[in-house]
Amino acid sequence: MRLEHLCAASRVLIVAGKGGVGKTTVTAALAVAAARTGASVLIIEVEGKSGLSTALGVEALEYAEVDVRPGVRARTLTPDQALLEYLEDRGLRRISRRLVRSGALDVVATAVPGMKDILVLGKVKQLERAGAADLIVIDAPAAGHAITFLTSARALLDAVRVGPVRTQAQDVVELLSDATRCRVMLVTLPEETPVNELVDTAFALEDRAGVSLGPVVVNAFPDELAVTGHTVADDAGALGIDVPTSERLALDAATSFQRERYALAREQADRLAAAVPLPQIRLPFLFREIGPAQVDALAAALTAEVEAIPEPGA
Amino acid sequence: MTVLDGLLRDHHVLVCCGTGGVGKTTTAAVLALGAARAGRDAVVVTIDPAKRLADTLGVEELGNVAHEIDRARWDPRGTAVPGGRLSALMLDTRTTFDALVNRYASGPEQAERILENRFYRNIAGALSGTQEYMAMEKLYELHEEGGHDVIVVDTPPTRHALDFLDAPARLTRLLDNRIFRFLMVPARTGLRVAGVAVQAFFRAVGKVVGSEAIEDIVAFFRAFEGMEQGFRERATSVTALLADPATGFVLVTSPRHDAVEEARFFAERLRASQLAVAGLVVNRVHPHFGEGLDLDVLRERAAQLAARADDEIGNTRAVAARLAARYENLVDYTSLARTERQQLDDAARRIGAAAVAFVPSLPHDVVDFAALDAVATHLLA
Repeated sequence: MRLEHLCAASRVLIVAGKGGVGKTTVTAALAVAAARTGASVLIIEVEGKSGLSTALGVEALEYAEVDVRPGVRARTLTPDQALLEYLEDRGLRRISRRLVRSGALDVVATAVPGMKDILVLGKVKQLERAGAADLIVIDAPAAGHAITFLTSARALLDAVRVGPVRTQAQDVVELLSDATRCRVMLVTLPEETPVNELVDTAFALEDRAGVSLGPVVVNAFPDELAVTGHTVADDAGALGIDVPTSERLALDAATSFQRERYALAREQADRLAAAVPLPQIRLPFLFREIGPAQVDALAAALTAEVEAIPEPGA
Repeated sequence: MTVLDGLLRDHHVLVCCGTGGVGKTTTAAVLALGAARAGRDAVVVTIDPAKRLADTLGVEELGNVAHEIDRARWDPRGTAVPGGRLSALMLDTRTTFDALVNRYASGPEQAERILENRFYRNIAGALSGTQEYMAMEKLYELHEEGGHDVIVVDTPPTRHALDFLDAPARLTRLLDNRIFRFLMVPARTGLRVAGVAVQAFFRAVGKVVGSEAIEDIVAFFRAFEGMEQGFRERATSVTALLADPATGFVLVTSPRHDAVEEARFFAERLRASQLAVAGLVVNRVHPHFGEGLDLDVLRERAAQLAARADDEIGNTRAVAARLAARYENLVDYTSLARTERQQLDDAARRIGAAAVAFVPSLPHDVVDFAALDAVATHLLA
C-alpha cells in the first residue's frame, strides 16, 4: 500500500496505545512520513507535555499552531483549552473565566462525564471540516483513557438529552464512526503485556466506539541480526583477522541477547497477528533517545513498512 | 549499588510511584513478596495489574478485600523466614468510595441518596483523580485495621507522576466546592432562593450542558451536606500517614530520558511536601556486554569490517558483513549501556534516594512468583 493511500483513507488519524509504547514517537514519524508525500499535516497533542516537542526538536507546543517541519504543523488541544474556546465561541467568555477561577469547571465537567473529551473531539471535527490540513494526526491519551476518550460521545448521548453539548456529541459520533473521515492507529511493543492490552483495546474500540482501525504499529522491534550457524571464530578465521577472547565473548553475549529479543518479539507479533487481523507496521528499536534524526529514520521505516502492506482488495 | 532491604525493615508503608509503563505494579509485588520472605506480614494493593500477574496474586476474583496468598505458592521450597505472610488486593475504586460514603453518612437514607445520585456515580466511576484518592484511602483503611507489618501500594498509571499527588487535592476541592457551599448554605430549599449571581451562572451552564446535569449537581451537594467535615478529616489523616517517618515513597522509572526526568521532578515535589523519597528503582536497564572494552576500538573494527564487506564479493563479503553486524550490535549495546549508566548514576545522585536498585531488562514479562523472585534478586539482597 502506498503511504499516500493510507493517509488519504481518512483525514483524521488518531494514534493510541498504552503508556510507554512510543505513541508520541509514532505520531511524529507518521506526520513526517506523510508530509514527505506532499501532504500538509497537522499534529494535535491532547495531553500537555507529551514529549512531542523533544521528538521534533522544537519548543514546547502551545494552543497556537507552529510549523515544526516542512509541511508539518503542530499544536496542543487540551480539554480545558477546548472548553474555554467552546464557551467563548458562544459569547460566554465572562462565564468561562469564572468557571475556571471558581473551580466550578471541574464540577460541571464531572456532572457531564466525557464533556471535555467531546469538546476536544468536537474541535477536531471543526478542524477536519474546515480542511485545516490534508492529514490531522492526534496523539491520543494513553490507552484505557483512550477508550474513554473515544467512547465518551456515545455515553453522553445516553446521558444528556438536550442542549448544545448533545449536538456536539452527535457530531463527534458521526466523525468517529465514519471510516472515510477518521481512523485509529494502535501502537504497541512486541511484548506480552502490551500486546494483550492492544488486543483488548482493539476490540473495545471497535465494539464500543464504533471506530475503524488502521494498521497496527509494533514499535521498537529489535533487529534480526541474522548470523545463525556461524561462530565469531569461524568468521574471523575466514577473514584472516584476530579477535581477542574478551571481544569474542562480548560479541557472543551481545549477539545471543539480541537474537533472543528478536525471537521473543517475533513470537509476540505473530500472536498479535493471530488475535487482531490488521496489517502490522514494524518500526525498529533504536538505541538512541528519540530526537529529530530518529524521527526521520522512523518515518523512512514507516513508509517502507506501509509499502509492504498489500493494497486492500489486491 | 545499595539495595532495598533496608526499606522493608524500616517502613510500615511503601508507596510506589512513577509514570505509566515503568513496572510499578511489579515492583510493588516484589517488595511485598520480599517482606513476606523476610518473615513479615505484608500486603500489596495493586491497581489494574496485567491479567496474568493478577492471576498469580489471585486478586482478580477477590477484588477489593485483601486476602492471604497460600504460603506454598510464594515459598514453594520453604526457604523463606518463618512467620511471613503475603496478602494482596486489587483496588476497586467504586466500592472503596461507596464504603467511605457509608462511613460518613448520618444514616442509611443519606448514604442511599448519595450513592444513587448520577453526579456521585460519575465521581466514583470515571473521574480522573478518584482512583488516586481511593488508593490512598485503601492504604489508610489497611493501616487502621492493623495487622500488617508492611503495606505496599501501587499507584494508578498517570502520564505524569505528579498527577498522583495532585489528584486527591483536586477531588477534595471538588467535594468542598465553594460555589456549591454558597449555593446550599444560605437556603436549604435550593435554587429558588439562591443568590442572583449563582442563578445566572446555572442558567448559563444549564443551557450548554442541559439542565438535568445541573439538577444532579444540586441534588448531590444537598445530599452530601454535613459530610464534608468527615471527608476533610479523613483526608487530613491520610496526609498525616503519608508524612509519617515510617512511610516511604519508592520512585519507579525506566532508563528512558523522559521517565528519568519525570522521576526527578517527582522527587523534588515529594521533598517540597516533606515526604520521604525512600527508594529509586530503575527497571529495564540494558545489559552491558562491553565492560572493559574500548568503545572506539569496537567502532573502528565495525567500520573496517563494513568497508571490507563493501569491497569483497561472494562468500567473503557475506562473512565480513556478518561479523560487521555483530560488532555494530556490540557497539550499540555498549554505548547505550554507558550512556544509560551515566544518566542513571547522575539521576540517582540528584534524586538522593536512600536506596537505589537497577533491574536489568528481562526477556519475559514478570507474571509468576518465580519471575517475581528473579526480580527480587536485583532489588533485595
